Amino acid sequence: MKLAQHKDLLGLRDMSREEIQLILDTAIPMKDIIKRDIKKVPTLRGKAMITVFYEPSTRTRTSFEIAGKYLSADTVNLPVALSSVQKGESLRDTMKTIEVMGFDVMVIRHSMSGAPHYVARNTNMRVINAGDGANEHPTQALLDFFTIREKKGTLEGLTVTIVGDILHSRVARSNIYGLSKFGCEIRLVGPPTLMAPEIEKLGVKVYYDLEKAIEGADVINVLRIQKERQHVGLFPSLDEYANLYMIKNDKLKKAKEDVLILHPGPMNRGVEISSEIADSTQALINEQVTNGVAVRMAALFLMMGGTRDEIAY
Amino acid sequence: MKLLIKNGRVIDPKNGIDQQLDIFVNNGLIKKIGENINLENVDRVIDASGKIVCPGFIDIHVHLRDPGYQYKEEIASGSRAAAAGGFTTICCMPNTKPVIDNASVAAYVRQMAAKTAVVNVWPIGAITKNQGGEEITEMADLIAAGCIAVSDDGKPVEKAELMRNALEYARMFHLPVLSHCEDRSLAADGQMHEGYFSTIYGFKGIPTAAEEVMVSRDIILAGLTGGHVHICHISSKGTVDLIRKAKAQGINVTCEVTPHHLTLTDEAVGSYDTNTKVNPPLRSAEHIKALLEGIKDGTIDCIATDHAPHELESKDCEYNYASFGISGLETAIPLIMSLVGKHFDLNKMVSLFTTGPASVMGLNKGSLEIGGAADITIIDPKKSKTVDPGSFYSKGKNTPYAGRKLKGWPYMTIVNGKVKAEDGRIIEE
Repeated sequence: MKLAQHKDLLGLRDMSREEIQLILDTAIPMKDIIKRDIKKVPTLRGKAMITVFYEPSTRTRTSFEIAGKYLSADTVNLPVALSSVQKGESLRDTMKTIEVMGFDVMVIRHSMSGAPHYVARNTNMRVINAGDGANEHPTQALLDFFTIREKKGTLEGLTVTIVGDILHSRVARSNIYGLSKFGCEIRLVGPPTLMAPEIEKLGVKVYYDLEKAIEGADVINVLRIQKERQHVGLFPSLDEYANLYMIKNDKLKKAKEDVLILHPGPMNRGVEISSEIADSTQALINEQVTNGVAVRMAALFLMMGGTRDEIAY
Repeated sequence: MKLLIKNGRVIDPKNGIDQQLDIFVNNGLIKKIGENINLENVDRVIDASGKIVCPGFIDIHVHLRDPGYQYKEEIASGSRAAAAGGFTTICCMPNTKPVIDNASVAAYVRQMAAKTAVVNVWPIGAITKNQGGEEITEMADLIAAGCIAVSDDGKPVEKAELMRNALEYARMFHLPVLSHCEDRSLAADGQMHEGYFSTIYGFKGIPTAAEEVMVSRDIILAGLTGGHVHICHISSKGTVDLIRKAKAQGINVTCEVTPHHLTLTDEAVGSYDTNTKVNPPLRSAEHIKALLEGIKDGTIDCIATDHAPHELESKDCEYNYASFGISGLETAIPLIMSLVGKHFDLNKMVSLFTTGPASVMGLNKGSLEIGGAADITIIDPKKSKTVDPGSFYSKGKNTPYAGRKLKGWPYMTIVNGKVKAEDGRIIEE
């Protein structure tokens, strides 16, 4: 099976369980490459990749760039804030300009849902969604799955609780789409004002009480709370949010003893997660970042036509 | 010019006619309606066998964008889109630049229409100056200049007291006050219907409550003042229920529904095709069901397209950046024909485009009258055609129906006794 049959990687909603598994399996040898002294393989030599981020990012953008470089692709970043976008250049013209320079892959992050789909429809380049609005962030979910699977041995049948601002979260959506393909019990918890309408129809359970939501959970995925949501009246204060939903030691009593704590970063310590938890061995936040590089190497490699058996060493 | 329309199935809901008849038109007027009319010396005999011959269709909610936004549409192009789409009369909304909020802008629209339009064009004036929501317009002056209703369209009057005054003042002229009901605080930044699919596609939703809250207010104010409030483009079950109840109480409220709110659900947004972006948004299937019920039981008075043409750049962009609106004049008839037989009959369909809108606007049109203006729409119920925005007369190619095969298209549009469109093509003089 080849991932290359799809031109783009836009989300997990339409990705099959087998395709997800293929990426996770392929990421295992990729992770080995990252751990080597000489971290470069010639696999994507002669291929060109550009990252175009319309929203700030530390992890995802750097992760894509280094993933491309480890595979010997030529990688370029378009610093959107310093680009002609600031002169009002449209997404279509920006994309076209990039395309005619010969890039094979465009990795795009955008604050608006569907922007990568719009680009994908209008270009021959392969497009990877690095997060669009409140829609999807597929490679983040894939690295979450890789991290969970590495620790638990499987994704099958796990209970995963996602905590926080579900309404605005693309990480939550991609996690839900992917995990539900592996028979996980998915629980969402947060205030009703941050819960997405009719989300129960996706087969998830909605909670407002944190302790109930994490009772017996194998994994807790903590979402970043964006401070600007307070200003539009979705919750009264960061203090009240922290009182109700911050992941800290005394809230974890009812979770499984070996519960894993994930966070996509960047963290607001003392708001959605306490420092003691963030820095504990249960928390896999740094592990997630390493795995992010491996998963993105796998995705790039497979999209460029590689198969699991032909990873170059 | 003498026209003889032969052998068509004539449907004229106002006069209770539904049978095969001939119509003789002379000098712009309907001269004779009857069986087997045979006359010498007519300029043209139109064979309407197998076709449906109706009073000219009326669309009371159209954006012609002229003056000010002629790059989106002009009176000339919009009126041609109307004729090609089977309409003989259209009413245009005042959200132009400048706004139709005084007699001179209204007069401009009337004059441009007289010079360049191929159908009857009636302007709608604003409720408040510059659609600003602060001071009511000189309504008597607007009427004198040809306006037949008032509306602040997409900038609904926020202040309840001002809406009360507008309804009260308009009452003395029997002037309908058209209300685009939207509580903008509830709808803020929304891109699509709030529900399952807004969750799936990751958009901020526009709850039906944004519409219903203002519908409730306007119904209460219509009850208070006795003024006529007409609710534009209703989209939700809650709105249908509110209007049904208000009508039962004798409140002077009417409403319209668009073809797109009857034929597309919010699921269509999943393609991120900006042509599905419209306000109010495409709703879920349960709301379509309620709207169809509202048509059946007479709660809904008419169909209006809310024809909202846009230039390519307004739609060829990220979904959030795209303008709201669908170019609707040239697909309305086949879309509603697709519902005929399933949800209502042909007579009902014709009344929704004729007597319904005429009665809302107080227009002396919408029926076939001997001695009356010969505005006639002829439909070919058997014709199948694929929607091709490239062939639209409207400058707005923004339709979510591109590529869709539809059945039941306008065959001929006759305005004041002249054939203005035939088989979807405009006949220029």
